[in-house]
Amino acid sequence: MSITIAKSLDLKGLSCPLPIIKTAKAMKELAPGELLEAFATDPGSVPDFKAWAKSTGNPFVESSQEGAVFHFVLKKKEI
Amino acid sequence: MSIHTIEKPPVEEAMRTIAETKPEVTEKLVIFAWSGELDKIWPTLILATTGAAMGKETTIFFTFWGLFPLVKNEVRLTGENWMQMMLSTMNRGGDEHLKLSKMNFAGVGPAMMNHLAKEHKVASPHELMEMAKELGVHMIPCQMTMDLLGLKREDLIDGLEEPAGATKALADAQGAITLFI
Repeated sequence: MSITIAKSLDLKGLSCPLPIIKTAKAMKELAPGELLEAFATDPGSVPDFKAWAKSTGNPFVESSQEGAVFHFVLKKKEI
Repeated sequence: MSIHTIEKPPVEEAMRTIAETKPEVTEKLVIFAWSGELDKIWPTLILATTGAAMGKETTIFFTFWGLFPLVKNEVRLTGENWMQMMLSTMNRGGDEHLKLSKMNFAGVGPAMMNHLAKEHKVASPHELMEMAKELGVHMIPCQMTMDLLGLKREDLIDGLEEPAGATKALADAQGAITLFI
């Protein structure tokens, strides 16, 4: 079974707080249970995404790194 | 049954229940924006937009020097008497005319800072101000300092909430994370 991503965000080159703000906005448009992926280059976004997921209750599915690009997958929380 | 076996498990269990049911996050963020400089308003807006993005009900209460960044960029002169007018001449309002609290060098410092911000794709205070409105951050100017400094509602940008006083600010701050910047 492959993972279906409902929305993909390119946040490369953006600095704090833009990656999180754009992610929060995009997440609003997803239905519960849908997945959002984001690509970022700001190293600070790694702890920021984890903290955002934890405090908003949207589960963190995956985090990986390829070169200078960080890849995050988040799941919109079920209500 | 020894005392230890009676006492220990219930306490641990209770702790676990508290940890599970108690929300870990504070749901409100209130920032008192007292300073009007670029290097103070910038973090204020970064924290406010981030707080809103984290789902917190976020309020910025603008008072004293913090009011000047709310002045419309095209408004040059504010105030009704010579003292207030002089104040606005020496301390031009608007989120595109902010000074640095140190190394301002007659505007060269902020210009360099803005250049660096663009290079690093950091949102400017003006952009963050727009984002804050879009994200539903409550931006409340302080009525008393508006009167004192000679700032009228029409001198200030759109999208602000009704000017209020200290009581409203403190009522909003109840149970919130509060910052004074």
